[in-house]
Amino acid sequence: MSKQSSELAVEDLKKLLREKGNLDAVAAAKVEELIAELQRCYLRPFDPAVQRIIDGFTHFKINNFDQNPDLYGQLANGQSPKYLVFACSDSRVSPTTILNFQPGEAFMVRNIANMVPPFNQLRYSGVGAAIEYAITALEVPNILVIGHSRCGGIQRLMSHPEDGSAPFDFIDDWVKIGLPAKLKVLKEHEGLDFKEQCKFCEKESVNNSLVNLRTYPYVETGIRNKSIALLGGYYDFVKGEFKLWKYDSHITEPITIPPCTH
Amino acid sequence: MAAPAPFSLSSDHLASNPATSKIFGPAALKSGKFEQTHFRFFTALRRNQAFTLKASMGPPGFTEKLNNKKLETLTEAEDGCDVFNDLKDRFLSFKKNKYLKNIEQFENLAKAQAPKFMVIACADSRVCPSNILGFQPGDAFVIRNVANLVPPFESGPSETNAALEFAVNTLLVENILVIGHSCCGGIRALMSMQDNDVENSFIKSWVVVGKNARIKAKAAASNLSFDQQCTHCEKESINHSLMNLLSYPWIEEKVANEKLSIHGGYYDFIDCSFEKWTLDYRGTKLEENGGIAAKNKIFWC
Repeated sequence: MSKQSSELAVEDLKKLLREKGNLDAVAAAKVEELIAELQRCYLRPFDPAVQRIIDGFTHFKINNFDQNPDLYGQLANGQSPKYLVFACSDSRVSPTTILNFQPGEAFMVRNIANMVPPFNQLRYSGVGAAIEYAITALEVPNILVIGHSRCGGIQRLMSHPEDGSAPFDFIDDWVKIGLPAKLKVLKEHEGLDFKEQCKFCEKESVNNSLVNLRTYPYVETGIRNKSIALLGGYYDFVKGEFKLWKYDSHITEPITIPPCTH
Repeated sequence: MAAPAPFSLSSDHLASNPATSKIFGPAALKSGKFEQTHFRFFTALRRNQAFTLKASMGPPGFTEKLNNKKLETLTEAEDGCDVFNDLKDRFLSFKKNKYLKNIEQFENLAKAQAPKFMVIACADSRVCPSNILGFQPGDAFVIRNVANLVPPFESGPSETNAALEFAVNTLLVENILVIGHSCCGGIRALMSMQDNDVENSFIKSWVVVGKNARIKAKAAASNLSFDQQCTHCEKESINHSLMNLLSYPWIEEKVANEKLSIHGGYYDFIDCSFEKWTLDYRGTKLEENGGIAAKNKIFWC
């Protein structure tokens, strides 16, 4: 059973009092004072948010970590996940939950609207670092970008600046990575209502991110020598549905044009 | 809107809650403990089991897996169906065991999210906050990047601060939790770098955000081994990120008015322990050496 540090401290101090029978009166009084204070400490209830974390961790440790010593022993030495996953930060779409990933299975990047920007070492070093680490250090074979329904980031992309709203400090700069997807949707689905256009953009933005992934040299090399697969996903939590597709590029066999003889 | 109660994972017994069995599934099947109760899920798990057996042919250590890896990737890349089936099985398991069983809560969530937490965690596959802290759908708005770093306000727009802006100003989360962890590859890269050498490497260009943490760690742990220095840096970097959070005016304002709490957390997956501490705003303001003051520290092991 996991113990709080103040409980452990109290146990140690009580042990000290028992074993060091010849502690002088002042020292003994001090130790007793400390024990009383520590006991007051762990009787004080935690703020519910913190209690939530403690309960969550305790559940994980007892039911998962302690039950699988072989797995966690291996993971302590290294990780070799099969998936590099890009997902939205939205609290409703954790890939660990919806695709049941266990520790060690997926190297995961989460950002607003699950976007992958094109290669740019100055502007987008965060995403670049994750891709670089996953491909060059961990040699992950599958990259999966997952979009989702009712995405606030995509909605912002589609509505600003046309709605005349004040710009955000940072959000607008980030979601504009998806501009190619927005332009495509506005052109191909011109008459549709705003919500329908957003739905198309959520999926189109995944494709835009897949295309951007190929601007990273090590991703492109991996695709050419077939060591990396690019996958797109879409989680619709209104319908309870998941779409999955692959980004395939195909080079046809050459045709031979016979030489002229005149 | 009140946040829905967390879904309980532990209430059902194993046979009717194969989400839990999936957690034990691959490793437990190997050790034969749960075979009889999970027979009816065998068909679904069979594909996964094949995967797991392949994956466990060698230790997943960082440098030792090259030969096995090449075999696996060729097979997977050639037969994309394997991956599709794996993902399909995973989603169906979620749908059956969580989504359909809690349909009302999911329907409410589909309308809007109101998470109490914003979590910044590392992209490392071993430290997903949904696993280690049991966050359920709707609980936490999550950013994951290499080495769970938060760049300061002055560094300009990035994906991390776009997410902060949304979580703090639009979703109005009440807590921000930055979680670091043991054996972090990103921190190790930071500690191994030559000063400001960021040429041709995204990883270096990114982790250099944490360079002040590196300076402090090297100073505090100069007589310890490199591994121990990295551990120091992992923790120092969390505190550095907490300081960087305060550099955002809209965050500092909410913290000063006690509408927002900032916490640091450290997950050690070698001995499975979790430390958490909360930023003491008034104390931090009084700190002279640019460090943070912490309160309400807990340690669970």
